[in-house]
Amino acid sequence: MSGEPSNVRAGAEGDTSSIRLFGFWVYIMSDCVLFATLFVTFAVLHASYAGGPTAKQIFELPGVLLETMFLLTSSFTYGLATLAMRRGARGELLAWLAITAVLGASFVGLELSEFRRLVLEGNGPQRSAFLSAFFTLVATHGLHVSCGLLWMIVLIGQIARKGLSRTMSSRVMTLSLFWHFLDIVWICLFTFVYLAGVV
Amino acid sequence: MNEKSFGGAAHGSYRSYTLGFILALVLTVIPFILVMTAALPVTALLVTIGAFALVQIGVHLVFFLHLSRSSEQRWNIVVFAYTLIVLAILVGASVWIMYHLNYNMMP
Repeated sequence: MSGEPSNVRAGAEGDTSSIRLFGFWVYIMSDCVLFATLFVTFAVLHASYAGGPTAKQIFELPGVLLETMFLLTSSFTYGLATLAMRRGARGELLAWLAITAVLGASFVGLELSEFRRLVLEGNGPQRSAFLSAFFTLVATHGLHVSCGLLWMIVLIGQIARKGLSRTMSSRVMTLSLFWHFLDIVWICLFTFVYLAGVV
Repeated sequence: MNEKSFGGAAHGSYRSYTLGFILALVLTVIPFILVMTAALPVTALLVTIGAFALVQIGVHLVFFLHLSRSSEQRWNIVVFAYTLIVLAILVGASVWIMYHLNYNMMP
């Protein structure tokens, strides 16, 4: 390894923000491992129906497709928010962040209504090992998205009140990593849990 | 506000985000259609949707997370590569062990 890692190289301005981003990237990678363990648990238990319903009987793909569209579009609008930020257009940044938050909230809302439907039908997490693993995995992702939403709302408030400082832009970039990462986890979710379950 | 102030995180442009979004849309809709219409035999279908997911993850990493091999991002890539190894061992080995366990425990 020649020389110091560029993320830690001292001197120029803004280096603390790039160190922070790198640290957050390391956190995200550890979060990957968390999700991987939940995915493996689901993979092992995906056919342990215990006489309960199978994946094919309870998953409704049109709803999942709609959820996917919300999350995917929100990733795109977050990207547009970072572009607006780089131009220094605060109003535009706030607008894109707000649109992203609405899309994210729609995603969480759809997911909650799916959970509600399953529980009301008697197919809650206690029904079978398959459903326990399913609820744990999907709800962990949903909880992450909800935390990201809370973070986004706080950030919108801070930027609206205090303006677009260097600290704020660093926070926007950190949340951007988190948000795009959650979209990647969702790709694995809709493919290996929902689609593969219905196949 | 110059680009440097964002460290090695993002170097996106309107074009790259739009391109990434369109690619992601296509890579999402096709596997959904394939599964909803049961267009292929089961094994082929599973392999196909898995491949679509992998490609889409690549699209997200490149167009949304802007992961690249630039020197600025070297350490991001090192951590990412290490994580991939851990994931491969974790997922591959666990599934391998559990399926053999099931097989060997069959009455």
